[in-house]
Amino acid sequence: MTKLNAQIPQGPIADKWTNHKNNIRLVSPSNKRLIDVIVVGTGLAGGSAAATLAELGYNVKAFCFQDSPRRAHSIAAQGGINAAKNYQGDGDSIHRLFYDTVKGGDYRSRESNVYRLAEVSTNIIDQCVAQGVPFARDYGGLLDNRSFGGVLVSRTFYAKGQTGQQLLLGAYSAMNRQIGRGKIKMYSRHEMVDLVKVDGKARGIITRNLITGEIERHAAHAVVIASGGYGNLFYLSTNAMGSNVSAAWKIHRQGAYFANPCFTQIHPTCIPVSGDHQSKLTLMSESLRNDGRIWVPKKKEYAEAIREGRLKPTNLAEEDRDYYLERRYPAFGNLVPRDVASRAAKERCDEGFGVNKTGEAVFLDFAAAIERYGKEKAHVKGLDENDSVLVQKLGKQVIKAKYGNLFQMYEKIVDQNPYETPMMIYPAVHYTMGGVWVDYNLMTTVPGCFAIGEANFSDHGANRLGASALMQGLADGYFVLPYTIGDYLSDDIRTGAISTDSPEFEEAESNVRAQIDSFIKNKGTKTVDYFHRRLGKIIWNKCGMSRNKEGLQEAIAEVKALREEFYKDVFVPGTADSFNEPLAKALRVADFLELGELFAKDALERTESCGGHFREESQTPEGEALRDDKNFTFVSAWEYKGEPSKAKLHKEVLKYENIELKTRSYK
Amino acid sequence: MKLTLKIWRQENATAKGSMQTYSLDGVSPDMSFLEMMDVLNEQLMEQGIAPVAFDHDCREGICGSCSMFINGEAHGPDRLVTTCQLHMRKFKDGDTIHIEPFRAKPFPVIKDLVVDRTAFDRIQHAGGFVSVNTSGNTQDANAIPIEKADADKAFDAATCIGCGACVATCKNASAMLFVSAKVSQYALLPQGQVEATDRVLNMVSQMDEEGFGNCTNTGACEVECPKGISLENIARMNREYLSANVKG
Repeated sequence: MTKLNAQIPQGPIADKWTNHKNNIRLVSPSNKRLIDVIVVGTGLAGGSAAATLAELGYNVKAFCFQDSPRRAHSIAAQGGINAAKNYQGDGDSIHRLFYDTVKGGDYRSRESNVYRLAEVSTNIIDQCVAQGVPFARDYGGLLDNRSFGGVLVSRTFYAKGQTGQQLLLGAYSAMNRQIGRGKIKMYSRHEMVDLVKVDGKARGIITRNLITGEIERHAAHAVVIASGGYGNLFYLSTNAMGSNVSAAWKIHRQGAYFANPCFTQIHPTCIPVSGDHQSKLTLMSESLRNDGRIWVPKKKEYAEAIREGRLKPTNLAEEDRDYYLERRYPAFGNLVPRDVASRAAKERCDEGFGVNKTGEAVFLDFAAAIERYGKEKAHVKGLDENDSVLVQKLGKQVIKAKYGNLFQMYEKIVDQNPYETPMMIYPAVHYTMGGVWVDYNLMTTVPGCFAIGEANFSDHGANRLGASALMQGLADGYFVLPYTIGDYLSDDIRTGAISTDSPEFEEAESNVRAQIDSFIKNKGTKTVDYFHRRLGKIIWNKCGMSRNKEGLQEAIAEVKALREEFYKDVFVPGTADSFNEPLAKALRVADFLELGELFAKDALERTESCGGHFREESQTPEGEALRDDKNFTFVSAWEYKGEPSKAKLHKEVLKYENIELKTRSYK
Repeated sequence: MKLTLKIWRQENATAKGSMQTYSLDGVSPDMSFLEMMDVLNEQLMEQGIAPVAFDHDCREGICGSCSMFINGEAHGPDRLVTTCQLHMRKFKDGDTIHIEPFRAKPFPVIKDLVVDRTAFDRIQHAGGFVSVNTSGNTQDANAIPIEKADADKAFDAATCIGCGACVATCKNASAMLFVSAKVSQYALLPQGQVEATDRVLNMVSQMDEEGFGNCTNTGACEVECPKGISLENIARMNREYLSANVKG
């Protein structure tokens, strides 16, 4: 039985990373040429890791299921990336970013990893600027910042509402340089379908070519999983349609512990569901909460009138509006962390104050910001601040420059003009803090198998702060893994190339073929999406924004039953050896159907509330999440034992030596 | 809404394709175009017909996967949107909609509406980067101020999503808008200046090698580009190319 050892270096927290880098083993440049590394996923974490490892001299094979590495879902991140640069001189520091992240995560993340993240955050901005990432700048030509939830400083760097796109294209450009040099071999439209272990070490993967259906073997000295999060477990989420848990789940089945699966982020500002045909949800960036004010009507009759279209929100008097975040959390107001904002929206809607047809939406209103900016602009230009037409025009120009693409996106989807009427928003699944358990070196419990970015669990605890996902993905890929992987690979300089002609590869390949074959031969009656939708409903209703013992027990039983039904009755058209999207989906949904059960089991086991995990049994009289530090200051790391119900719990106890455990308050 | 859909079906890269007609009922105006396609595919599978293959992923207009030629226009009748952001409210009950893949010689069809756009990646391998290593020792991000107007223009060029609508739209299947967007982004930033000469020569040469056609200034690419990438970028690339050739 492996005992969990997080390999946290000794010494004061501010020195840990520097000391660790000074002490870990290195691989010489001439030996790096003899070592192969596989990277699965080409988002911010995988793309930056692949590029950096190749720059260092390793032979990299990178894989993505999309048709180009540039399309990984990091591309869709909108708002920004945090870094403790303190360019604004507003009191920011590495320690403060560290503190905010640990507190924001509701004290369920590992101090040492978070400190390192804050420490390297400043390098990321320097690196990206050097790569030609066009961040927003002010008129003096210097970088601009904005604020995100859960913090009292402006440390978020951004490129309009397309920060993820620009950072990913930066990582993609770094990859392209290495692909051009022949140091990265890129396999797009390839999906990892299993991990291969030889003598207990990760030594390769099996992939399926999504164009030809060919099953391929790829060997390496180490395997890096950078396959993102598993939000699509809920069917409807802000994730891309193809985002899936399979790579992470395959390594879990091979011995990598899965940590805190129930820690999910439900993002407060998404476009509400419009009907049964809905295939995915669209996020409206948290940056909008810099300027947008969230409200519902104070009286139920007004909410009802708005729902029925008898009353326009713009016609409701100021005193009849309830800016409930500003009311409940005066210090942070509309910029409380995501979990707090989401629960508050659900609370108002559950009480009957929702503002769209389904009753599941609140307003995000820019009228005040338009007026404020308009007056400012008019004043600066020496124009009449009381000319309301002029103020409106100028104010809208400022809002357009800041959030233009988000407003356009909203208008296209909802068919309403958010410059004229408040946006309607509702929480939706967005990010998963849980993921593969890793130690300080980002290695999983399978030697030689690493997990980076959203695929691992380490930095965000029970709730991630806005603009921290981009930071973590790039930190892991550019600045952490390239050092720590060397420590492991230094043992492999004499190993020589790994052969794919071994019984282990043979067995892994035949298992994959058997699974695919059984799907194709299974002449069921229901499509893959039918099962995925049902799974999503179970998880959203019983393991969503608020959870209780009874619901979680039901979810466990229902997911298990659904999984059995899936294998009996799923219908996969077409053949194994062709472009076959339903087959690719079936393989992914099969893994979601296992994860779903472990997810509910993890949520059931953790009887406290923390961050995004809200157990109804554990709340304060005001309805805030109530942690139980005495019994739950640990990471739940689950070991696979044949099926989810038999998974074995291991605990990594979290020690807080630099930050005092306190009740999180944003009042 | 009830629709008649005429869709390009092609089993694989070597097979001969043809337009097939399907009728679809119960389409809601709030559906996105791809959600309409999902409903069609569910219906086809129920009838024992192979679902229509199409590329899609983020479904919020940023990944650049979706690539349909709808009623003769890349990404359909709306402006500044990708296919996934096109909504059925742009169509009327009883409409007939023609759906084809993005066609161009350098974009061979893989299956149905799915095409191979890796030629775009190869152009980027030739020079779409700044040669800087991730040492963590680069100079401070604020060391070189960049004029806001240039930073904003570089950003506008950098918002290209690499979908290929420009190529599919162009009568010459030219990739000039795509290539010039990348060349412009770097040309406008001090970080990109050092290798500007090699970059433009290498990228243009790879573009020609892939078989993309020449630009004849019709401007259709700019009209159909879902991100509004400006023709100015092509002019800028031509200047860069000319001066690179003069420098040799």
